[in-house]
Amino acid sequence: MDTANVNVKLSEFAKVFFDGKPYDVPAELTIMTAMEYAGYRLVRGCGCRHGFCGACATIYRIEGKSPVHFALACQQKVEDGMYVATLPFFPLDRRTYDMEEITPDNQTMMQIFPEIFGCVACNSCTKSCSKGLNTMQYIAYAKRNDLKKCAETSFDCVSCGICSARCPANISHSLVGLLARRLSAKYLTPKSAHTHMRTKDIADGKFDDEINKIMRMPMDDIKKLYDTREIEK
Amino acid sequence: MYSSQMLDFIKTVEATREDRFKNEPRRLDANEKQALLKEFHPDHRDSGFGTIEVGNNKGEKAPVELVELLHANSRIKGIKFDFDSPKYDVDVLIIGGGGAGASAAIEAKKAGANVMIATKLRMGDANSTMAEGGIQAADNENDSPQQHYLDSMGGGHYANKPELLKRLVMDGPDAIHWLENLGVMFDKKTDGSMVTFPGGGLSRNRLHACADYTGLEITRVLINEVRNLDVPIVDFTAALELIMDDKGKVAGAVLMNMLTGEYVIAKAKTVIVATGGAGRLHYHGFPTTNHYGATADGLILAYRVGASLLYQDTIQYHPTGVAYPTQLFGALVTEKVRSIGAQLVNIEGEAFVHPLETRDVVSSAIIRECGQRKKGITTPDGAGVWLDTPLIVKKSGASMIEKSIPGILKMFLNYGIDIRKLPILMYPTFHYQNGGIDIEKGGHTKEVQNLFMAGEVVGGIHGRNRLLGNSMLDVVVFGRHAGKAAAEAAKTTTIGKLTLNHVDEYTRKLKDAGIDNDKTSPLLLPNYVRKLHKA
Repeated sequence: MDTANVNVKLSEFAKVFFDGKPYDVPAELTIMTAMEYAGYRLVRGCGCRHGFCGACATIYRIEGKSPVHFALACQQKVEDGMYVATLPFFPLDRRTYDMEEITPDNQTMMQIFPEIFGCVACNSCTKSCSKGLNTMQYIAYAKRNDLKKCAETSFDCVSCGICSARCPANISHSLVGLLARRLSAKYLTPKSAHTHMRTKDIADGKFDDEINKIMRMPMDDIKKLYDTREIEK
Repeated sequence: MYSSQMLDFIKTVEATREDRFKNEPRRLDANEKQALLKEFHPDHRDSGFGTIEVGNNKGEKAPVELVELLHANSRIKGIKFDFDSPKYDVDVLIIGGGGAGASAAIEAKKAGANVMIATKLRMGDANSTMAEGGIQAADNENDSPQQHYLDSMGGGHYANKPELLKRLVMDGPDAIHWLENLGVMFDKKTDGSMVTFPGGGLSRNRLHACADYTGLEITRVLINEVRNLDVPIVDFTAALELIMDDKGKVAGAVLMNMLTGEYVIAKAKTVIVATGGAGRLHYHGFPTTNHYGATADGLILAYRVGASLLYQDTIQYHPTGVAYPTQLFGALVTEKVRSIGAQLVNIEGEAFVHPLETRDVVSSAIIRECGQRKKGITTPDGAGVWLDTPLIVKKSGASMIEKSIPGILKMFLNYGIDIRKLPILMYPTFHYQNGGIDIEKGGHTKEVQNLFMAGEVVGGIHGRNRLLGNSMLDVVVFGRHAGKAAAEAAKTTTIGKLTLNHVDEYTRKLKDAGIDNDKTSPLLLPNYVRKLHKA
C-alpha cells in the first residue's frame, strides 16, 4: 500500500488508438492514465483528474461500430478497439453581465443568450453530455425562463464543452446553466436571515469579548474546554 | 463491480449493521488519540522525511519530495532577462487560478486596482473545484465564532496561529453571506435558512453545502464573477520565479507559457501567491485527491525570496480515499458521507473507530486496521476498509444519499456499485498540506514586503490538522483579504530596479551547503509518462 505506482499483476491489455495510432495499454486504466502510460505528457486536456473540472472532454468510437461516445478521459475506462480523440479546448461564446443590474425576469436570458431560441431540439447536447445530464431540457427551461428548474437540471455540469461542440444552434450551454443558477440562487431563493444577522452582529463587535477571551486563555484551559465540550447530536 | 470474494465479505458487514445502527462506537479520549497518531499517522514515520539545508527553515524536517524541490536549481538559472519592457505591468499580480486567486481578484478589482491572474493550467484547475463536503461558518444561533475557534484549535492540536484563526472564524459568516449574494446555490430550507451538517471534530452542525459539489459550485461562481469584472486571465502560464526590486520588495514574476515554453515578464506592485497544495508530490507514496498541478510551486517561489515555511512536515491524509475500483484509486469520498451516518467497518464487521473523529485520527485508525491488525480487505492496489453507506439508507432513507451526495452515488454507479445497497472500500489518500508559507494576520509574509499569500499555500491557519470545511472557508476569507490588502499596498508602492539577485543568492547558498544536483524547481507538473499511474 502507500504507493502510487504499485506493481499489480497485469492480466489484460487493450488495444486503443490515440489520434489514430494504436497502443497496447493495461485494460484497467482510464483513457487519461492510458495516454500517460503510452507516453503522452499531458498539459492540456488534464485538470482535476477526478471528474469535477471538465478539462478532459473526450470523443471515442469503438472500431467497427457506428456510435460516437463522449466522456471525461479521467473517468472512462479504456476498451479494446477504442479510437480516441480529445477536445482539450472549445471556444465558448462568453458574455459578461453585472449580477447587481440584471434581474430574473423574462428579458434577461433572452438578452444575454438569445441563441437559445435557435435550439432545433435535435437533442445532440443531451446525447453527448459527459455527465449524463438532460441538457436540452435545461435549455428548454431557460427559454421559458424557468430559472429554478434550469438551475437544478444543470447543477452537475462541469463545463466540458462537448454539448457546445455538437450544437447546430451554437449555444454555449454551460454558460446558460451558470447564469440560471446564479440568478436563481441570488433572486429566487429567500436569503438566509440567520447568516445575515450573525454577520451584522460580528461587525457590530458583539463577539469581540468572547473571541478575545478564548484567544487569551492559557493553553491548558483551552484543552480542558475542548476535551469537555458538548457535541451537538 | 465487486469480485465474488468481496461480495462474500460484504455479507459480514450486513450481518452486523443492525447492531452497529443501535450502538455507535465511542469517541476516543485525548490520550488515546495521541497514542494512535504517534504510532500510525504518516507524519510520525521516521522514513520519508529529510532535512532542509538552506534558507529560513534550515535544519527542519520536511517530506523528502519537498526537500528535493527546495534543494533544486532555479529553472531560470543563468538566463538573462530584459526588464525594461515587461509584457504585463499591473498593480496586483495573482498567481493561481483557484478559489483563493479568484476571491482575491474580485476584491482587488473592486478596490480599484489594475489586477491580473496568471495560472499554470486553466482557471479553476484547482483543489477548490474538487472540494465536495462543504464550507464551515458559525452562523447558527446555537453556534458562535469562539466555538468554531475552539473546534479548530483542538482539531489543529493547538498549533493554529491565533490571529489567523480569529480571522477565519470571525469572517466566516460574512464569507457565506458574500457567496450567497454572488449567487451560490447553497442547500437551504424553504425559508432560506442554511441546511448545516455535522462533521469530524465539529461540536456544532456548522457545515454548509451545495450537495457534494460545494467547491465546484463556489469556484465556478467566483470565476464567472472574475470574468464579469474583466480581470485579465493569462492561463497555461506558470510562475518560475518571483522578481524583486533593489529595495527588497517583491515586484513581479518570471512566467512561462506552458505550451510554448516562452518566458514572459510580469511587473507588479504587489503579488499574491495562491498556488495551492502539494498532493501531486505523493508524499510517502500515497495517491492523492488533488488536481494535476498541485506540486507545491508557491512554497518554492516564496522560499527562494526569503519567506519561511511553517508546519511543512504535517500533511492531511483524507481517511476515505477510494481503494477500489482501481480507476478511482485515491479519489475523494467526502467526509459528508460520514456526517450523514456511514460508519467505517473492518473485515469482521466491526465499526473500529467513531466516524466523526478528526481526519488524522480516522486515517490513523484505518492504517492500523489494514496494517498491524490485519483486518483490512485486500484490493488489487493494496487494502481498504468498508464505508458502510447502506447504513445511511437505514437511518434516513435512500433520498438522503440522492440529495446530499449525488456525486459520490454517480461516481460509483459508473462502475456498477450502488452505494445505497453496497458499502465501498476506502483507504487514506493525500488530501491537503496543513502547513505552508508563514504569514502575518495582514496576509503578507513577515520577511518580504508586498508578498501576499492565500489559500492552501499558507500554513498556520489550521495548525497541524485541518477540519473539514475550513479550507473552502480559508480560501474565500484569506483570498478576499489578500485581494483588499494587496490593492491597498499597491497604492503606496513605487517599484525600484527589478532584479533576480535573490535567485543567484539562493544558488550560492545551495553551493555553500554542498548541494549539487541537476534537478530544477518549481516542479509545475508531475511526471506520469510511461508509468502505471492510477488516477
